[in-house]
Amino acid sequence: MSGYPQVLFKNRRPGTTAFLAEYEAGGGYQGLRRALTMTPQQVRELVKASNLRGRGGAGFPTGVKWSFFPEEPGEKYLLANGDEMEPGTYKDHQLLLADPHQLVEGMAIAAFAMQIPQGYVFLRYAYEECARNVEQAIAEAEAKGYLGRNILGSDFAFELHVHRSAGRYILGEETALINGLEGRRPNPRSKPPFPAQSGLFGKPTNVNNIETFANIPHILNHGAEWYQGLSRTPEGAGTMLVGLSGHLNRTECVELPMGIPLREVVEQIGGGVRGGRKFKACLPGGASTPFLTAGQLDTPLDHVHLEKSGSRLGTAGVTVFDDATCMVAATLNLARFFARESCGWCTPCRDGLQVIVWLLEEIEGGRGHAEQLAMLHDQVKNISGRSFCALAEGAMGPVGALLERFGDELEDHVKRGHCPLR
Amino acid sequence: MNELLPQNQIDAFRAKAAAIAHPHELIVDALRAVQSHYGWVPDAGVDLVATLLGVLPVEVEEVATFYDKIFRRPVGKRVIHLCDSICCWANGGEAIAAHLQTALGIGFGETTTDGVFTLLPTCCLGACGDAPAMMVGLTTHGRLTAEKIDTILAGYRAEVVK
Ligand SMILES: Cc1cc2nc3c(=O)[nH]c(=O)nc-3n(C[C@H](O)[C@H](O)[C@H](O)COP(=O)(O)O)c2cc1C
Ligand code: SF4
Ligand code: FES
Repeated sequence: MSGYPQVLFKNRRPGTTAFLAEYEAGGGYQGLRRALTMTPQQVRELVKASNLRGRGGAGFPTGVKWSFFPEEPGEKYLLANGDEMEPGTYKDHQLLLADPHQLVEGMAIAAFAMQIPQGYVFLRYAYEECARNVEQAIAEAEAKGYLGRNILGSDFAFELHVHRSAGRYILGEETALINGLEGRRPNPRSKPPFPAQSGLFGKPTNVNNIETFANIPHILNHGAEWYQGLSRTPEGAGTMLVGLSGHLNRTECVELPMGIPLREVVEQIGGGVRGGRKFKACLPGGASTPFLTAGQLDTPLDHVHLEKSGSRLGTAGVTVFDDATCMVAATLNLARFFARESCGWCTPCRDGLQVIVWLLEEIEGGRGHAEQLAMLHDQVKNISGRSFCALAEGAMGPVGALLERFGDELEDHVKRGHCPLR
Repeated sequence: MNELLPQNQIDAFRAKAAAIAHPHELIVDALRAVQSHYGWVPDAGVDLVATLLGVLPVEVEEVATFYDKIFRRPVGKRVIHLCDSICCWANGGEAIAAHLQTALGIGFGETTTDGVFTLLPTCCLGACGDAPAMMVGLTTHGRLTAEKIDTILAGYRAEVVK
């Protein structure tokens, strides 16, 4: 992306993967070297000062999370979350196809900062090529002394493994992922205890997203101030991988500064809406983030501004819908996804999402009445805040936004007895 | 000769399970290994995994039945997972689904009579920029059109018949 600083995609070339030689030539593993000259505490402080926020969806400050982690040596685990099954999200995929050593180095630094001896990279079923890339990167890093025992001559040791999963969105939820790695039925676990206290095999465990880890070496190399300065807004920090999809002329994954206005992303980077149509709405950060409307195109894409706008940055997967899209039908598609991927553990999600799907089907199919609209409002209230994990909460994101921002379109369906856009 | 898993893999799983503290963590790997060799995971496959890892069959079964990419029923030689999530839907996914069903002569959840293809829906494949997308085996195909699908299917058919 010309004109935009490229940090995570610096080594990205179409059709090839940067492995060790290329990665080292571009400054690879200097961050790890640097970290090993510091104390674990100093590394955590630096990451905290960078204001890096997790890229897995929840946007929790990474350094703060690490500072809660027990520092005493012992059996502890570091997990990279590469489940990436939230529709509209494909950035970790692109990152691991382009430059997988960033993950390995980032994890090694994180492991040092928290004094963790063992790590796993959890990858979804569909990412076999990524799994092979990470395995190759691990092997190369081991051969060079970046992983294993006595890393770079120090007394720090860290071993890294790859786990290939076998489907289901819920595995992305960190406690379900832990059950998945243990080979248990991967329903989520109750929190507390949080993974930092009792996670994989009952031991302290830290989970971060793939892209979150990939940022770490660069922060070590260039410092917290540089990292914050990459953002267009003082509220944000760093760059982010934005996966464009939907009705745009260009649907690619691009690295952009945090805080870039949505309008610039849609019009300049995405080349505008396809076929000369108008922008109607978008999901700014994956399937669980509330829709933004055309009136919100000037929102800067960072965690703080998106929350103010009633949505979330999520995974920064921007899915755009043109003005021919029925928002009831789009929301129905999203609701079906969440209902099918519900793990079935708790009633508000397992049964409640099915009711949401049924109500949206009735309304979209022209069989809805005022009663169904009222039930839809009630159902959202019934589910929100009552589910065992955040899956059902996320499912309410777009449904809530449909009620709030496209209420007229819903009512139009009911009044006419059919979809006004079909 | 075990038809579910080659002997070297049987030995490897047994050895690894004995060497590690938590053999359960190999359940998904072992199920995937059986499936990749045998095509799907029959009851005997669940029992075999349980025996190799020294865990209860029910502990294997409760894992096997959770994942949508572990097949507990027979499938064709090539399993097609068509994405029906939002970005593929927004890019003509429903028409693509209709074309696939016509081209194969089956509905979702079914296998062609020649046993070559099974058609299944899946959530997002992480190929949203290349929507609409499908995965055949472990290979993802994006920017699908009716013509492209016909070519891809012909390719796999030739591979299987060979
Ligand atoms: C249903 C559900 C699915 C999730 N899927 C993912 C995922 O695919 N990748 C991911 O990194 N985080 C996912 N998360 C968030 C994780 O639970 C966790 O917050 C995250 O991995 C922490 O990493 P981060 O702080 O670096 O973002 C998901 C959460 C929920 C509730
Ligand atoms: S909210 Fe849904 S996914 Fe989460 S535990 Fe309950 S049933 Fe499972
Ligand atoms: S929505 Fe189809 S690949 Fe992501």
